[in-house]
Amino acid sequence: MNSFWRTFKVAAWLGWEMDSNWTEPWLFVIYSIIKPIAAAFILVLMYVVFAAIGNIQAPQLFAFMYVGNAFFIFVGSVLFGTFQVIQSDREWYQTIRYVYISPISYYVYIMGRAFSKILVSAFAVLITLGFGAGFLGVPMAMTWANVPVFLAALVLGLFCLLAIGITLGGVTFLMARHTQTLAEAVPGIFYVFCGVLYPLSILPAGLQDVGKAIPLTYWFDLSRRLLLPQALMASVPTGLGGFSDLTILAFLAISSAVFFGLSLGVFKLGEYLARKAGKIDMTTSY
Amino acid sequence: MSGATATRASRRSDFRFKLGLNVRAVFGRAYPRVVGANREPSWIFFEVFLPLLGIAAYVFIYQAFYGAQVAQINAGHCSAAGCAADLVGAGQVLNALVATVVLGGTMVAFWLNVLWSMASQLYWEKEIGNLQIYMMAPMSRMALLAGMAVGGMFMTSVRALSTLVAGVVVFGVIFAVANPFMLLAVFLVTLVALYGMGMMFASLYLLWGREAWNMSALLEEPIFFSSGMYFPVKGLFLPGAAPWGPLVAYAGAIVPAMLGLDALRQLTLPGTAPLPLMSPTLELELLLVLAVVFLILARFTLAYLEKLAKREGKLTSRHQ
Repeated sequence: MNSFWRTFKVAAWLGWEMDSNWTEPWLFVIYSIIKPIAAAFILVLMYVVFAAIGNIQAPQLFAFMYVGNAFFIFVGSVLFGTFQVIQSDREWYQTIRYVYISPISYYVYIMGRAFSKILVSAFAVLITLGFGAGFLGVPMAMTWANVPVFLAALVLGLFCLLAIGITLGGVTFLMARHTQTLAEAVPGIFYVFCGVLYPLSILPAGLQDVGKAIPLTYWFDLSRRLLLPQALMASVPTGLGGFSDLTILAFLAISSAVFFGLSLGVFKLGEYLARKAGKIDMTTSY
Repeated sequence: MSGATATRASRRSDFRFKLGLNVRAVFGRAYPRVVGANREPSWIFFEVFLPLLGIAAYVFIYQAFYGAQVAQINAGHCSAAGCAADLVGAGQVLNALVATVVLGGTMVAFWLNVLWSMASQLYWEKEIGNLQIYMMAPMSRMALLAGMAVGGMFMTSVRALSTLVAGVVVFGVIFAVANPFMLLAVFLVTLVALYGMGMMFASLYLLWGREAWNMSALLEEPIFFSSGMYFPVKGLFLPGAAPWGPLVAYAGAIVPAMLGLDALRQLTLPGTAPLPLMSPTLELELLLVLAVVFLILARFTLAYLEKLAKREGKLTSRHQ
């Protein structure tokens, strides 16, 4: 256990240095904020334009979209943070052989590397939510009683994301250098099907089921339920209204456990097959 | 070519030889993007499929707003024109905004290609060790950049067209082109201006190390926002937007995608394009100015920064 913790700590520090030491800390902070804020502004303007042309007000949809988008910041960065570790170490820095033969758990090492991305994205999520509440009138109304459920959902959601990331990372053991497309496709699928920006009920019936099969859908829904006023959200047909908060938390817990098991299995299998085929440190002409 | 022949070739100065050499360089550099990039079928699939996902998400947002609007009309909140007319109007607005998203999605493909395959290219070439070979070769560096641009335009046009067709088929957008020649002119001049900007950035990136990657990443969402890729850019001037919206729009006009997209939107949705910025003719004229300025700036920045990179010893330094 001590060895796992040490690996995690050092990998997290390494990930942080690799992400941030290309520039001054203040510039890195600005860089980390500008992208998510600009993405949020795209949604704000979409709403402003539709409200002006269509002459409607739909604050419940705006709040729904804004909070979902803020939490989606975690998805892109955590998935990318786990996907790209094997590829960048193997193809780019060509250090995978040294890390891999060292007496550590490579699985824990990847989790550690991704952790720095979680920290940076948590900061961006906080800034985005704060900006929404402070300047855009997004009504945040979380009660103290809901804080434990919210934190539990956050931990489970992030853990589930890490597990999905490592599952796909296990596949990259066997892929050539073009894993970038996979790193963009998977978050893209989540963006469309998980009810991030619009209620699931907007999707065609068959596609709603796809969304319901992805655990992150429950995380986004629960986070919104706990953060936004109930009266405002009651008019949004999310398609998950029949489930209580704790039931959704249970769905999230079960799916996180399933994905954790899956990530272990796929990672070990990918690793085994890559070793057998001699592909662990095989570069593919970056 | 043997070493002696190469030396002789590099010393020849007649115009015909130089022209032929540079044209060959343009074709040679465009070749991997026109032919090579299509050898990996998974890339084509993902490059068409991925933008479609982004487009789908934004289209569904507008459909959610439309659903709220229809619910409001059905609840009896109608204008003086009557509920039936309001419903027709709402449908037209939805079509125009979905078309805006589809067009914006294709323009995003070009902008990403400019960022990652033009601006960052010399940096990548430095990282993989090709840059020194390019620098020693006798052709003009501008021919090299032009080849990258021509190849990039072709490759991205094929993918953007596929995305556009898929977007139209999947989301049922109705375009009506009244002036195809104007449309073609705006599209081509926008591409020349965009890739001219990419050529200029390529030189700037030559000086940077890992900052180059981060700079390209930074120029995604903020440019999607300031160029109005997913909403009519005049929305930045609406009273409901932030007071600094117009400033963002003026700054965003430096990126040719903004004017090009607004003109394309007006030319493909004649009469129904929401919130047009200015006339397409004026936008075409401004785009022509941008194209010329960026190509000239690319020529000068390349020469200057190549010299600077050599002086500072950064031309071949990797992983910094």
